[in-house]
Amino acid sequence: MSLNIIFREKDIPNIREFDVYSKNGGYEALKKALSQTRKQVIDEVKASNLRGRGGAGFPTGVKWSFIPQDNPINYVVVNADESETGTFKDRQIMENNPHQMIEGALICAYAIKAAAVYIYLRGEFWDVAHALDAEIARARKAGLFGPNGKLKDADGNPFKVDIFTHLGAGAYICGEETALLNSIEGKLGQPRVRPPFPANKGGGLYNEPTVVNNVETLANVPWIINNGAEEYKKIGVGSSSGTKIFCLSGHVKNPGNYELPFGVTFRQLLYDYGGGPLNGGEFKAILPSGGSGPILRVTDEVLDTPLTYDDLRKFNSILGSASVIVMDDTVDIVWVASKVTKFFKHESCGKCTPCREGTYWLDKVLDRILAGGGKESDVDLIMSVAKNMQPTTLCAFGEFAANPTIWTINVFPEEFKAWVDGSKKPAEEKAVARPARERVAAAAAPAGD
Amino acid sequence: MNTLQEKYADRIETTLAKYPDKRSAVMALLYIAQEEYGWVSPEGIQDVAEVCDMDPTQVKSIAGFYTMYSERPKGRFWLQVCTDLPCALKGAEKFHHDLKEYLGVDEGGTSEDGMFTVEHVMCLAACDKAPLLQCNFHNYEHLDMEKMKVLLDQWRAEVNAQVNKS
Ligand SMILES: Cc1cc2nc3c(=O)[nH]c(=O)nc-3n(C[C@H](O)[C@H](O)[C@H](O)COP(=O)(O)O)c2cc1C
Ligand code: SF4
Ligand code: FES
Repeated sequence: MSLNIIFREKDIPNIREFDVYSKNGGYEALKKALSQTRKQVIDEVKASNLRGRGGAGFPTGVKWSFIPQDNPINYVVVNADESETGTFKDRQIMENNPHQMIEGALICAYAIKAAAVYIYLRGEFWDVAHALDAEIARARKAGLFGPNGKLKDADGNPFKVDIFTHLGAGAYICGEETALLNSIEGKLGQPRVRPPFPANKGGGLYNEPTVVNNVETLANVPWIINNGAEEYKKIGVGSSSGTKIFCLSGHVKNPGNYELPFGVTFRQLLYDYGGGPLNGGEFKAILPSGGSGPILRVTDEVLDTPLTYDDLRKFNSILGSASVIVMDDTVDIVWVASKVTKFFKHESCGKCTPCREGTYWLDKVLDRILAGGGKESDVDLIMSVAKNMQPTTLCAFGEFAANPTIWTINVFPEEFKAWVDGSKKPAEEKAVARPARERVAAAAAPAGD
Repeated sequence: MNTLQEKYADRIETTLAKYPDKRSAVMALLYIAQEEYGWVSPEGIQDVAEVCDMDPTQVKSIAGFYTMYSERPKGRFWLQVCTDLPCALKGAEKFHHDLKEYLGVDEGGTSEDGMFTVEHVMCLAACDKAPLLQCNFHNYEHLDMEKMKVLLDQWRAEVNAQVNKS
């Protein structure tokens, strides 16, 4: 059986076009879902064990079942913000097989009785969004959904849900689901206090119950409806069912997206697919979940670990969105910590003090260490700053932002030691890249929500 | 009717029709304002505020929150080079440095002829194609300085051709 559940363009060229998608079974899953009850659709997705591909791995069918069906207006929001460092899979799905995501979102819309679907794309996906608009228009014109939708559901009601794209404008935090909802509403893209949760009345888009799902999550749904939960569960291992798209980047010969069943090992991913180390060096470290997840030291045990939601826990790490950044032995781990911390400092939305100030201090002290001016106490200092950030912030960003410091120190203590005891010195004057503008300053202006 | 309403009536109407609330159109409108004025100028903010029924200070704080709205005039070509970790592992920091040096600009600065503004940005979700940059919202991938010089010449020539025509 072909394993390209999502990257079907590998089997069917031009499947991104509406006509080609339709001729190859496209929108049959939507029709099948509409012939069933909403509960049947949700139960099928629940039974498949499909888990959210946006990072948290929450069971998708369970999320859908939280939406109150007697509420007159619900929403589906597709999270296409894709801003985690090292993540580039949702782009490929939308560029090469957009209708499968659209179809998945429509099936969700039927299941939760939604009035509309909004696809939130990061602003840098300008071209992607415009191509997507054109494909949505084709499917709408064919009468599959929208005001002139010709399909009918099991009760004989016409299916008129419509789909719209919404472009962001450059802000990582808008990938966090409640910040994303604020952003669509035309407010500052800062996270909301929970509860109420997006699925609750008062917590979702325009205060209505809302399902937020990642692009890749929804792109799995048509396959599940067509082939059934039992078939889906045969792919992958344990509670990690189906395939996962691994975004492989850094020091490998063949970087790129690889759609593989859960349970593939790092060794297979890095060598069989990635082609091994780029410059003939040795692999030293892996960030398995972009900048936000704990770093791993490459050992045989790590290389032979199956990639599932559960297996990475034994190294205190996470699979997250599976953005696998690989580094060889030329890399300085303190530089990595600093690099990733700069990302978080730049992207903090500024709402909570521990996150705003914490990322500022971590960055400053890491810069000092890398400039050769670090003291041994600096390592303890940043560890305590980072640990204080974790429990006290409004959204998971605080935890993500502390991870690079905490886990590089835990996993590679000798690298920090070499910098602060003077055995390692800055090679040459390194231009420390500064962002042109700090988001925090803007957030301090009138908030207006 | 303000400038945006006069010149972009169709696009504004399509945008407003997407949402139950006018305010949701603010981000799309800010892009239109930027297109019209070259940056989100005070006139642009005012126009957007009128369309979305918002206070201009609120519109301004939204514009300031996101990095893709330009709060000051920029060169014709806005070169945003990704120097985030995966790209940096593939030489993007050096590429960014060399590009600035070649154009004689500092971070965020604009070349003397007003043509190119260079700044570095975070991950552009195309890390397998490093080094890369986004120029006026389109990606240019697998770059090095040789390829870059060709692109820069090409863009200059396009602008000169336009100027000569008008
Ligand atoms: C700081 C932050 C950034 C996030 N960025 C993204 C993102 O870019 N894309 C995404 O799908 N989910 C992102 N998430 C997760 C979302 O909040 C949400 O859990 C997800 O979209 C749910 O969809 P799923 O269940 O299909 O994974 C982010 C979360 C946090 C805390
Ligand atoms: S933790 Fe950081 S990003 Fe999240 S709400 Fe607080 S300040 Fe904003
Ligand atoms: S790090 Fe440059 S595109 Fe992702």
